[in-house]
Amino acid sequence: MNIFKTKYFYKYSRNPLSVIGLVIVTTVILLALFAPYITPFPEHVGPFTDFYNKSKPPSWEYIFGTDKIGRDIFTRVIFGYRISLTLGVVVLSIAVPIGVAMGLCAGYIGRKTELILMRITDIFLAIPALVLALSIIGLLDRPNLFYTMIAVSMAWWPWYTRLVYNITRSIKTEGYIAAAEIMGASKLHIMFREILPNCLPSLLTKITLDLGFVILVGSSLSFLGLGAQPPTPDLGTMVAKGASFLPDTWWFSLFPGFAILIVVLGFNLVGDGLKDMFDVDV
Amino acid sequence: MSAAQYFLRRTFISIIVFFGVSIVIFCLARLIPGDPARIALGPFATKEMVEQLRETLHLNESIFIQYKIFIVNFFQGDLGISTYTKRPVIIDVISYFPATFELVLMAGTLMLLIGIPLGILSGKYKDTFIDHIARIISLLGVVTPSFLWAIILMLLFAYLIPIFPVHERMDETLDPPKIVTGLLLIDSLLEGNFRVFGDAFSHLILPGFALALPAIGNVARLTRTNLSDVYEKQYIEFAKSYSYSEFKIATKYAFKPASIPTVTIIGLDFAFMLGNAFLVEIVFVWPGLAKYGVEVILAKDLNGIVATALIITTFFLIINMFVDFIVLLLNPRIILQD
Repeated sequence: MNIFKTKYFYKYSRNPLSVIGLVIVTTVILLALFAPYITPFPEHVGPFTDFYNKSKPPSWEYIFGTDKIGRDIFTRVIFGYRISLTLGVVVLSIAVPIGVAMGLCAGYIGRKTELILMRITDIFLAIPALVLALSIIGLLDRPNLFYTMIAVSMAWWPWYTRLVYNITRSIKTEGYIAAAEIMGASKLHIMFREILPNCLPSLLTKITLDLGFVILVGSSLSFLGLGAQPPTPDLGTMVAKGASFLPDTWWFSLFPGFAILIVVLGFNLVGDGLKDMFDVDV
Repeated sequence: MSAAQYFLRRTFISIIVFFGVSIVIFCLARLIPGDPARIALGPFATKEMVEQLRETLHLNESIFIQYKIFIVNFFQGDLGISTYTKRPVIIDVISYFPATFELVLMAGTLMLLIGIPLGILSGKYKDTFIDHIARIISLLGVVTPSFLWAIILMLLFAYLIPIFPVHERMDETLDPPKIVTGLLLIDSLLEGNFRVFGDAFSHLILPGFALALPAIGNVARLTRTNLSDVYEKQYIEFAKSYSYSEFKIATKYAFKPASIPTVTIIGLDFAFMLGNAFLVEIVFVWPGLAKYGVEVILAKDLNGIVATALIITTFFLIINMFVDFIVLLLNPRIILQD
């Protein structure tokens, strides 16, 4: 099947915003993948210093300027994307399976399982995500990128439980589910082979949207000094470090900040496009 | 089910959720590796000192007894001693929470005062300039980190065009009003001190907007969608055929049902703002719970962390109960659906 000739592709590509989103996301992923080959000063990523060129405003040589120890901000932003994208992918690969499994069990098995699982979900949803992630990081050992990922995953899975639970509840009385039950299919088979495929369009849409939002929350945590530690080029950390030098050296914070905005915007536009394409509500 | 029963049931659920949250946070705080007493005292404390602190913090009891002591103390307003500030945590929270509360209230007010009219206007003038502006705000609102809004607003309106002050809650040359509620706006009004009121108000504008901007877009978009849905209903056609004025139709018939979905998600907006207040407060050096929260987190102060998380969650639960109550007033039919 040629994907470019399907009605889905046609539907998606009709909205210029979705196409722009796809371009942004692809560009960011490519930039991050090939960062060492395309950035002008790959050696500026680590603990490099060049005091002769410190705090230079944006110019042709340093298009985003240099930071207070002379490192090229553009290079560090591109490498920062690597951290952000890794964070997004790792967090969702932890949160989505947990959330989906709980949602399927709660929705299909029902009764006591439903009651217990959904109350647990409600409890986690009652704590504002950023506050929950903050407390978990606070209670763990010294802040680092790995803990940030764990903490954000802990705050994120309940949304998937709720999404899958609602879909499961709405389709579990369908004829083909009853047919599978009569033929003696196991509960696991019904949950994962009959119900789960029906959740995929919504899941895919939500995962795309959330990749952006996880990056946003992750950068917020590192902005508070609770994410990747220096000299790792993390976008949130770069904004935070630059914020104390406002307004004179505005390029310290503004460019990494806009870099976060761009990638979140990209995933958001693609997610909205998928939402229209699959005609789902997440 | 009557309205009172419905409300009681909702309250009951909130209380269960509160206990659930307290158990989750408590377990997180106790199950992590490392001895809290040792962490609090540092590596140079003697074994006897650690043992003594373990005794005072009830760390030698079983986890169930510890939780019981913790929750009984919580309801008596005793959140333990902060190992970071060496003061009772409740004193810390009381001194930092009002600043955050005032900021979130300001942002909430801005969200409603700007978001709803913007939504109404963009619904009324579809696909015009104002509609596009509203759409751009709502798109940019959700994808921009709050700290970036804070920095942009600060650069634009405090440095480039210096019209608003930044840093802290009021000018340090002014005498702060006597603390009654802890909210500067109310305290200064109670004293009749309008200079402090004006100053505190202008300090609130930028952080308030930085916090409210994502929510403004959200509210505007929802209001727009719901209003256009309501305008397609038959009873609106009916009212039009009675030649009621457009104003009467809008205010009496259209707005109330259209506002229900918006009100329902206000609770979520508040949760969002409570979390993001941390980011905005850092940029504007706002002496609120965020500053305290980040400090206790970096200092590994268990009591401080648990208290901050629990206070914010409690506040959020209370807001959600209010929201439920307002939704009930707007739409009594939800009793039947429940």
